Amino acid sequence: MSFANHVIIFLVAVPLAVAPVISLLRVRHLPWLMACITSLFVFVLSIQLTQSVLHSGDVTYALGSWPAPYGIELRAGALTAMMTVIVSGVSTMALWFGRYGIYVEVGEQRAHYFYAAWMLVLAGLLGIAVTGDAFNVFVFMEISSLATYVLIAGGPDRRALTAVLKYLIMGTIGATFYLIGVGLVYMMTGTLNFADMEIRLADVENLRPVLVAAGFITVGLALKAAIFPLHVWMPNAYTYAPSAVAVFLSACSTKIALFILLKFDFFVFQKNLAGHDVQFSWFLMPLAAIAIIFGSAVAINENNIKRLLGYSSVAQLGYILMGASFVTYLGLSGGILHIFNHALIKATLFMAVACVFYRVRSAELKDFAGIAQKMPWTMAAFVLAGVALIGVPFTAGFTSKWLLIKAALEAGVVGYLLLAVVLIGSLMALVYVWKVVELAYFKPATADLSRVSEAPLMMRIPLWIMVLMTLYFGIDPSYPVRLANAAAVSLLGHLS
Amino acid sequence: MTEMSEFAELFGLFNYWVFIVLLLIGLYTIIAKSNYIKRLIGLNVFQSAVFLLYISMDKVEGGTAPIILDAGADQIFSNPLPQVLILTAIVVGIATTALGLAIVVRIREQFGSIEEQDILEMETP
Amino acid sequence: MFILFGVFLLTFLIIISIAIIRVKSLFSAVMLSGIFSLLMAANFFILDAADVALTEAAIGAGITTVLFLAALALTRETEQRETHSRVPLLVLAIAAAPIIFATFDKPRLGDPNAPVHQHVAPWYLEKTPELIGIPNVVTAVLGSFRGYDTLGEVFVIFTAGIGVLFVFGVHQRKAAISGGELAQQARGIRHHLIPRIIGKIFIPVILLFALYVQFHGEYGPGGGFQAGAIFAAGLILYSLLEGVDKALQKFPPKVLPWFVASGALLYALVGFVCLALGGNFLDYSVLHSNPVVGQHIGLILIEIGVGVTVFGVMLSIFLAFAARESK
Repeated sequence: MSFANHVIIFLVAVPLAVAPVISLLRVRHLPWLMACITSLFVFVLSIQLTQSVLHSGDVTYALGSWPAPYGIELRAGALTAMMTVIVSGVSTMALWFGRYGIYVEVGEQRAHYFYAAWMLVLAGLLGIAVTGDAFNVFVFMEISSLATYVLIAGGPDRRALTAVLKYLIMGTIGATFYLIGVGLVYMMTGTLNFADMEIRLADVENLRPVLVAAGFITVGLALKAAIFPLHVWMPNAYTYAPSAVAVFLSACSTKIALFILLKFDFFVFQKNLAGHDVQFSWFLMPLAAIAIIFGSAVAINENNIKRLLGYSSVAQLGYILMGASFVTYLGLSGGILHIFNHALIKATLFMAVACVFYRVRSAELKDFAGIAQKMPWTMAAFVLAGVALIGVPFTAGFTSKWLLIKAALEAGVVGYLLLAVVLIGSLMALVYVWKVVELAYFKPATADLSRVSEAPLMMRIPLWIMVLMTLYFGIDPSYPVRLANAAAVSLLGHLS
Repeated sequence: MTEMSEFAELFGLFNYWVFIVLLLIGLYTIIAKSNYIKRLIGLNVFQSAVFLLYISMDKVEGGTAPIILDAGADQIFSNPLPQVLILTAIVVGIATTALGLAIVVRIREQFGSIEEQDILEMETP
Repeated sequence: MFILFGVFLLTFLIIISIAIIRVKSLFSAVMLSGIFSLLMAANFFILDAADVALTEAAIGAGITTVLFLAALALTRETEQRETHSRVPLLVLAIAAAPIIFATFDKPRLGDPNAPVHQHVAPWYLEKTPELIGIPNVVTAVLGSFRGYDTLGEVFVIFTAGIGVLFVFGVHQRKAAISGGELAQQARGIRHHLIPRIIGKIFIPVILLFALYVQFHGEYGPGGGFQAGAIFAAGLILYSLLEGVDKALQKFPPKVLPWFVASGALLYALVGFVCLALGGNFLDYSVLHSNPVVGQHIGLILIEIGVGVTVFGVMLSIFLAFAARESK
């Protein structure tokens, strides 16, 4: 067997198969170690997949050797490859980073189930990314969602339970809506394979069920992706989840749903529904703009830092959506680049907050007063990542916003409006980041911080690796830009 | 037979209407009820509605279940694919329900109630 | 004729679901939803979906109802609050419009010319005897053509299993609730001679039937999911008759996770073995020199994997609920 041909299935099958093994390991540290190694292995594979996609084009794989559309097909282009790198990379860093925190927050006697669930989330997200089959997306979405509920329910606060139940109910509604949409498309085309759907939809005369299917799929995935105004489950879920889980999920889980939404809209519907691109942008553009303003405004008024970051994610998802809603090369590549950059930045911010949480046992804003003197490394990391979130030049956050601004300038009158939204959003980000920084650096401590010390070295190292990457990709963004451009080209390629 | 097909024409969409009604009843239960268990029951009805949508697609008039016992015979079979998909969906349904119930039980232990309104009052002091 | 019968069943379904909303007692609501699932199963059966009907009856009407009852015993039996908001109705009315709008272009029920019956499905019906060599096309699609979906499905069940164990993992000993109903019932039944004797006669029959469903899945309706659920149902009946404590002695909490994990692992390993033998992932043809025999072997193995995990998960979830109150 030639290993290189099977890389794409290993991405999914390895973490999947490791999960039951981990669930049986009741030995201390072993579940964690095994999860880390698996995640790192998958990360290396996803880099390899990315290389082969960049060099020799899309990768496909027929499961069970059955030809598509009869069997299930895996298919990876540039966008898919980038998603796998983000998911597996953040998972690896969060696992490395989260070891101490998880022992404290989740408890040791059930850690083996926790790490098994983590592997399932990883496998689920990667499975969604690489599959070329609409129903298969649903199956892996359910694996990742159910495992995500498990991870969040491990949070130390009892409110984690109510947050997770809300997420469970809304997530199930979202997935079921998606299933209805897929069912309707299947009803009209007789196929479940994305590529095949695109071709066969062209022959469908009565498009009404397809139109309704597009509606169901959009709403269902928007629920999963926490797109404004369907984001209500998200801030609390991130706030009460164990810290390492918040790092992982904030960077990956909503973006995967967004990715499927883009895939459906650009691969399946754009060419086949008359005027879909216009409807698509007129539907999403206002939502994106409102999400940016609303999310930032709530973040400014929020007193819990984790929830603040959650609302900031609502806003940042708005940028991604805005990029997609331009339906132009520059806009798409800016939006896709922002998926990458935001994953990096938000994971770093959640890590920094998790470091403080580990020492102070609180994420309330008031408990951050004067913390910078006790935890200088952690807070310095927070400042740098915060600067990147605002979008200051020479940080990762700048490159994607620059592309978005250029795309907005291309878009005429509406573009100026959106340009204003981007700038106002950035200023608002400055306000909520500054709120934390001011308190941490310039205010005297309100609580007794004498027993608080800097976070353990094994938490600071991954944190700073992330910070350095944020800076590095700000100065030399060529790698993600190359991927984002390739992805934008392939998305638009289906339009003409 | 013609009488039958007129009837089929009339009621040929009945399954889809029932699907919609059940979907909405489930959704209503989820949105309007405060009791968590009742909501999970609603979620079950909601998901069952989708099963009905898929299984209604698979029927071919005059067909039988797709089990080919006599390969040569000239038989009509109903469509196997939606059945396979719904087998998966049923399993997903019970998995979600089981996890949801476990969380509800823990909520009851931690908050002493399974009514959302009570808990919201507790969470906002 | 099937349409007439279908219309009757479906109307009944709607009536029951409205009753579910209106009834105040959660116990009644759960029972009604059990009946709902059973009617749904009957409806699936007349729509030629025998496998789905069997699964819905075993899982939807059987295990789900038991789990709800177990959860009720740990929480409370009636709804406390009533919501009078009209907003949801409005939202739903808006949601309803586009879906009803869409139905008028849908193919009629049973229309053989519908697009669903044109493209992929006939290929399955045509090729299954030749490529897989088993009569039940549903099993062939489930296990082989779309075996990757089924792999995912087993892991969904696996996730639910470890999820419930994880969520219940802490504070198990100091559960805040006092004696629940189910445990009392369970102990209560033990003192009734007739159900106990009848039950004892039935349990072996149920277990045998489960094995039949497991290994007959290639020829008739059935397979790992149904078999695992029925087998678990048999043992749940045992624990209701003999008491949870005795069931826990037979299936100590240390043993069940092995069932939960090993089935899922077996399925994944079959995939990797196919890789090692030079095929693609889950390509059972390479398991034997004759591809059709290879498919057979693969299907039997993965169905066992499915059955074991479904059984392990269902039983451990039930016991996790039941043991929680008896402590």
